[in-house]
Amino acid sequence: MSPVHRLGAGTKLAALCVCSLALLAVRSPVGAGAAVVGVLGLYALARLGPRAVWSQVRPLRWFVPCVVAVQWATLGPLAACVLTTRLVALVALAGLVTATTPTSLLLAALERALGPLRRVGLDAERAALVLALAVRSVPVLTALAGTVRDAQRARGREHDVRAFAVPLVVGALRQADALGEALRARGLDD
Amino acid sequence: MTEVVLDDVHVRHGEREVLHGVSLRLTERRVAVIGANGSGKSTLARLLNGLIVPTSGRVLVDGLDTRRRGREVRRRVGFVFTDPDAQIIMPTVAEDVAYSLRRSGLSRAAVAARVAAELDRHGLADHADHPAHLLSGGQKQLLALTSVLVTAPRLVVADEPTTLLDLRNTRAVADRLAALDQHVVLVTHDLDLVSGFDRVLVVDGGRVVVDDVPAAAVPAYRRLMA
Ligand SMILES: Nc1ncnc2c1ncn2[C@@H]1O[C@H](COP(=O)(O)OP(=O)(O)O)[C@@H](O)[C@H]1O
Ligand SMILES: [Mg+2]
Repeated sequence: MSPVHRLGAGTKLAALCVCSLALLAVRSPVGAGAAVVGVLGLYALARLGPRAVWSQVRPLRWFVPCVVAVQWATLGPLAACVLTTRLVALVALAGLVTATTPTSLLLAALERALGPLRRVGLDAERAALVLALAVRSVPVLTALAGTVRDAQRARGREHDVRAFAVPLVVGALRQADALGEALRARGLDD
Repeated sequence: MTEVVLDDVHVRHGEREVLHGVSLRLTERRVAVIGANGSGKSTLARLLNGLIVPTSGRVLVDGLDTRRRGREVRRRVGFVFTDPDAQIIMPTVAEDVAYSLRRSGLSRAAVAARVAAELDRHGLADHADHPAHLLSGGQKQLLALTSVLVTAPRLVVADEPTTLLDLRNTRAVADRLAALDQHVVLVTHDLDLVSGFDRVLVVDGGRVVVDDVPAAAVPAYRRLMA
């Protein structure tokens, strides 16, 4: 167990919040570079290698080129690189927290943190559940995307965006429906 | 003993009626439901834990009306779906099982002990801390079953739990279901699984058209489909 693993879930979540806010303030290439070095340093401290970093940011690999393209066109190359680096660093940092903390402890910490908001009508348990479902949905949707892409390839339509997006969205909605039903069956609705 | 009573149950989706007045009294330990795609098996299964309530008629589980006492009914009736990926809520194996006990009032240590025992019983102990998405299809279905059983329901309803599985995993899941102390209602297309059952319902076009022991019901179903 590395020091990062041992740190309390609440502490890590709080640190993640602070770091995220700090990252949002980064505007310069130097700042972005420092952020990357910092994040990699934390991974090293957690005794996680480059492969772990990659597995956390891998879901962004299609998204990032699109974002860079848009920002390059609208804000110029420098801003595009800084903003994108910031985004990737943020995801990597959040990934580090989830990779080094059991989800149930994270959720418990989150529920505690959100507790005071009960007074303004927020259901902390429900908010924590939504987060758990989001974490759980990543591999499920990734697998779905893989299936859709294979089916598309088998029919020789790999460059047709619509042939990819339509079954993916339909599949995701169907999955969401089934999940809702399963939640009710497990008594999470009562 | 657990008793499920369906009293002249009709289910309508919009204009379309998908169950046309089903009346049943189920008290047997092993009840199978077979029938063609779209015949109404899933609708029938979902009625048993109140996921669907009848458009008219009523469903009673140990005397509790699913329309008004849905929460208590679902505590008694566990449900296993076809696609375990839709049923597993938490990212890791033990956490998913523990989630079923979150309102049980047990201490964290007691929950951990119950979860460990249940995982062990279903051959998943070695995977306790693994991400659920790394399990095989069969193991995922066993996890879904474990998360249902840890709450000790009296009746387990399983809607085609083996349809997505290969032969070996089908066997594993079927063996677990067969070994349960609980009453089981199993919806399946795998006619081999139902031979040891007490009672088989054949559903066709929204009606129960055969209700008999397997030796009589399965041949009747084959003739119906011929
Ligand atoms: N939510 C729904 N809305 C409209 N029609 C539905 C809905 N659920 C099921 N049906 C229809 O009801 C019929 C029975 O469905 P179902 O019980 O799922 O059958 P089975 O499980 O035997 O394949 C099917 O024709 C199906 O299309
Ligand atoms: Mg069905």
